[in-house]
Amino acid sequence: MLYFTRWKATAIILTAFVVCLFAVPNFLPDRWVQSWPKWAQRHVVLGLDLQGGSHILLEVDSNAVRKEKLEQTRDDVRRVLRDARVGYTGLVVRGNSVEVRIREGSNFDQALAKLRELSQPLGGILSTTGQRNLDVTTEQGNLVRLTLTDPAIVERVRQSVEQSINIVERRVNELGTVEPLIQRQGADRILVQVPGLQDPTRLKEILGKTAKLDFRMVDSSVPAEQALQGRIPSEDDLLYSSSQPKTPYLIEKRVLVSGGDLTDAQPGFDQRTSEPIVTFRFNTSGARKFAQATQENVGKPFAIVLDNEVISAPVIREPILGGSGQISGSFTVQSANDLALLLRAGALPAPLTIIEERTVGPGLGQDSIAKGKISSYVGAVMVIVFMLATYGLFGLFANIAVAINVAMIFGVLSLLNATLTLPGIAGIVLTVGIAVDSNVLIYERIREEVRGGRTPINAIDAGFSRALATILDSNITTFIAAAVLFYIGTGPVRGFAVTLGIGIITTVFTAFTLTRLIVAYWVRWRRPQRVPI
Amino acid sequence: MRLLRIVPDDTKFDFMRFRRISFPVSALMSILAISLYFFHGLNFGIDFKGGTLIEVQSQAPTADLAKMRAALNGLGLGEIQLQQFGAPNDVLIRIAEQPGGEAAQQQAVAKVRGALGNEVNYRRVEVVGPRVSGELLSYGVVGLGLAIICILIYLWFRFEWQFALGAMIANVHDIVLTIGFMSITQIDFDLTSIAALLTILGYSLNDTVVIYDRIREMLRRYKKMATPDLLNASVNQTLSRSVITHVTVSLALLALLLFGGQAIHSFTATMMFGVVLVGTYTSVFIASPILIYLGVGRGGDALTRTSEKS
Repeated sequence: MLYFTRWKATAIILTAFVVCLFAVPNFLPDRWVQSWPKWAQRHVVLGLDLQGGSHILLEVDSNAVRKEKLEQTRDDVRRVLRDARVGYTGLVVRGNSVEVRIREGSNFDQALAKLRELSQPLGGILSTTGQRNLDVTTEQGNLVRLTLTDPAIVERVRQSVEQSINIVERRVNELGTVEPLIQRQGADRILVQVPGLQDPTRLKEILGKTAKLDFRMVDSSVPAEQALQGRIPSEDDLLYSSSQPKTPYLIEKRVLVSGGDLTDAQPGFDQRTSEPIVTFRFNTSGARKFAQATQENVGKPFAIVLDNEVISAPVIREPILGGSGQISGSFTVQSANDLALLLRAGALPAPLTIIEERTVGPGLGQDSIAKGKISSYVGAVMVIVFMLATYGLFGLFANIAVAINVAMIFGVLSLLNATLTLPGIAGIVLTVGIAVDSNVLIYERIREEVRGGRTPINAIDAGFSRALATILDSNITTFIAAAVLFYIGTGPVRGFAVTLGIGIITTVFTAFTLTRLIVAYWVRWRRPQRVPI
Repeated sequence: MRLLRIVPDDTKFDFMRFRRISFPVSALMSILAISLYFFHGLNFGIDFKGGTLIEVQSQAPTADLAKMRAALNGLGLGEIQLQQFGAPNDVLIRIAEQPGGEAAQQQAVAKVRGALGNEVNYRRVEVVGPRVSGELLSYGVVGLGLAIICILIYLWFRFEWQFALGAMIANVHDIVLTIGFMSITQIDFDLTSIAALLTILGYSLNDTVVIYDRIREMLRRYKKMATPDLLNASVNQTLSRSVITHVTVSLALLALLLFGGQAIHSFTATMMFGVVLVGTYTSVFIASPILIYLGVGRGGDALTRTSEKS
């Protein structure tokens, strides 16, 4: 146990040294480290609870996805039946299905065949699962029911999350934040972490908007007040203005041009009224559609609709052929800025709901760091003094081993670019306790072996070999607890699991190698006649 | 230099005889803890209950709680708890989960920000919606169960089933008592509490495994020794290590408790109770003596199989 070949000793020292070296960038000023190669720049990332910032968990509204998908199917059914010149009645969305009744006298089989074409295999034509997006069934009375399948919704939610991540990323980046983290979580969630953000109100506003922009015609044939009381024409929506007081408008469902055709949007000021406005530019196809629509409707009002609210409803004075325009609608500078940002980033495929928010101000973070430091130092000093008092010279060896152990924890954390949280600091302090325990186990065993009448070198040797088995057993149990914590935990708790788990690994490493090596060198050097513990 | 010896070298305390006291006491304490859980309950934090937690620091050196309470109670957000937290100008505001789904929680925060205005700094805002809170709780419970099962399987492989069962009884005992402690003190029970419970589990097992390791070794060496004597000898031999280790862990925890600040206070307090008080007691007075009843070493399969292996 006390014999090390030269290459083995070198390998042990080298490993510990290199791992410790990785901790170095954490303690140097940033401007020094920046000139280093990328792999050497790795460092510990402070968690949001230490550096301050916002953690926001968003969920794609799967009900909205379902609703949209059903409405789209209903529109498809209408289009298909119209194209095939099939008479129908009672086209409605009911529950999870779209129902339609084919009129007597129409060719029912032909209509059914056309409707069956709407049912597509999921995952494209190469899919092998055999799952389809719609189940088409018939009932007596010429009723056709198209039911949305669960895999279709799951697939659509998955796509929505993927598209949303891109858009969220663009929106957050436009805010000028530093190193935001945006990642998918689970099936229908997106995690947004923005370090250093003090007040997430604006971020939340920007993430909470779908930003679906449409240019649609105002239906002036029926006054909106009348529609409020009576029936709303089936081709229209009753929408309200975004500004106070809420004015009702009757807006055609047909979309002239949508926000997807925008290439740019910028905030600006109106030259005459100097009110904040948003200027925009269409792409080629958008410009063509807009030009055509404005040519046909000179003198009539059209509406700019954002998330089902009318921003403004100006009258078309002349055809707009240049493919660019402006939106004015009682904006503040801030809201014009935000709208331009949202339009540039694009619309979300489905609304996002904030289901969890955790924000830590920078003051609290700094307090936590300071407290973490003080408690670590105090804890370390108390443990060091206690070990010296209990084991003397061997206590010193233990303290050296524990110090290297802590340095190695920082090295591994840096190597993994891991996040250090306040519970993570607690984890390191606890690791000090565990690391000391491994030394205590060894030394107590040596004491026993000495009492059992062995010679000093024999006792040390036996002490190590017997204690190490115990150390392994006891650390594996703690490691299992840390692994489970890592698996189930999020944020700060996961940070605790990471430092605890890494700490256990470095503890076992130092106990098996470094502590033994130090004692072995000491034995070879002093040839002790009695063990000083 | 004379070195510190907390436990004299030749301690021969009869731990096994003490089981006639420790078992009934533990059983009683466990029943007490379970009834506390059911009748007094845990103080679930927002992680598991949903709702909003806001930590603010007033500009004035001392926060005017009455004024803040008056301002917030007018908002119609149901029950709002205000509590001084650490420094005299630090206030913790807890708002129960609002009816009306995820968006309602966000509106509540906006209202509070509006009511308190710029008189305070917002040091921390945490909002957990109904969906997340439900999931976090089930994750926590599943995690705790999963950890116990994984550890048991490991112990079963490394030792004999009697040891695994003994460790499990000791484990559950630890967790039950700690939950009782959390119920009495009404410490916030949140995700960090689950972390604390799992760490207590790990530590307590660590301790138990060290003693079990020694018992196994003794079983191999002294095949004729009576079980209670053998267990007593094992516990006594490892006693010095147990005490020294617990002193160092307590020192580290004490530093966290005194200087770690409010944010991890409940975490360290729970750990202090679980690791230092309960964990040590359990491994010495419960986990070891229980092996007598589980039939270790009485010529049973545990002994024969271990000796076959060696």
